Amino acid sequence: MGVCACCGNGYGNLMSGSRMECAPGSSRSNPVEPTSAKPAQARPSVSDGEGELVARAKAGDVRAFEELVNRYERKIFRLAMNITQNREDAEDVMQEAFLKSYSHLGGFQGDSRFYTWLVRITVNEGLMKLRKRRPGHVSLDESIETEDDLVIRELEDWGPSPEQRYAQTELQDILQAVIADLDPAFRMVFLLRDVEDFSTEETAELLGLTIPAVKSRLLRARLKLRQKLNRYFHKREEN
Amino acid sequence: MKCRDIIKELGSYLNGDTDSALLAEVERHLAHCEDCRLVVDTTRKTIHLFCNSQPAPLPDDVRGRLHKALENRLRRRPS
Repeated sequence: MGVCACCGNGYGNLMSGSRMECAPGSSRSNPVEPTSAKPAQARPSVSDGEGELVARAKAGDVRAFEELVNRYERKIFRLAMNITQNREDAEDVMQEAFLKSYSHLGGFQGDSRFYTWLVRITVNEGLMKLRKRRPGHVSLDESIETEDDLVIRELEDWGPSPEQRYAQTELQDILQAVIADLDPAFRMVFLLRDVEDFSTEETAELLGLTIPAVKSRLLRARLKLRQKLNRYFHKREEN
Repeated sequence: MKCRDIIKELGSYLNGDTDSALLAEVERHLAHCEDCRLVVDTTRKTIHLFCNSQPAPLPDDVRGRLHKALENRLRRRPS
């Protein structure tokens, strides 16, 4: 087990080419099982020129840091909204994430992408917010999966695509309601893996979960969301 | 391969990282099982809907307060 260069916390797996750093404020180590080291997906739109901006920001170039903020503020706000499901909390989380990333920039070693590090800070801040709101009810560690999660209850065709049946705003409201209703332990995995497009390995590291746990929760999250959406989208009976 | 096995393999199947031998088995099952085809199809649509959903816009007032807070902080050098 290694020790994070920025905070001294221990961490587990060091994936080839994508070593993670602890998020500032994180107070626990996140052991991760060894992986087959599937390379992280390349997302050039996120990382183009990022290294240079980070280097300049570390050297004291305020404008470079502002550029990083401009580049990622929408994505970070979306993530914070998806985690907290509350605009005020999301604003707090986003502000805290950017302020902490600036304060701890000197300790950021560049072993992972800046954006990944920023997401990790955001995830930690978001989880802290959730735990304050619901003390004792938000944990990503405990095993929450059951065999019942894999039982398929609704077997109905959705008919025409939901995009055709619902106006854009109505569809957004449905998606928002459905994901807000999902247990945070499942929601976090689905958001990072499917919506934010992190790899399974990155998601495991970001959440301090094992890779099998990520795969298992992702499957359950997808099935639960499918089941919830089925209430809205199943083919209506012809009158 | 039974329906229950399809559900267990659904995650890797949808991610496109099922090995070729297993993939052939899954597709053989799907070819004759309408129920499993429905589950695969609606789960795929579920992922698609969330991936293509409009991100929450960053409201101007929220962005303004973020940049104000940063401006105050950026006057000091990072630690």
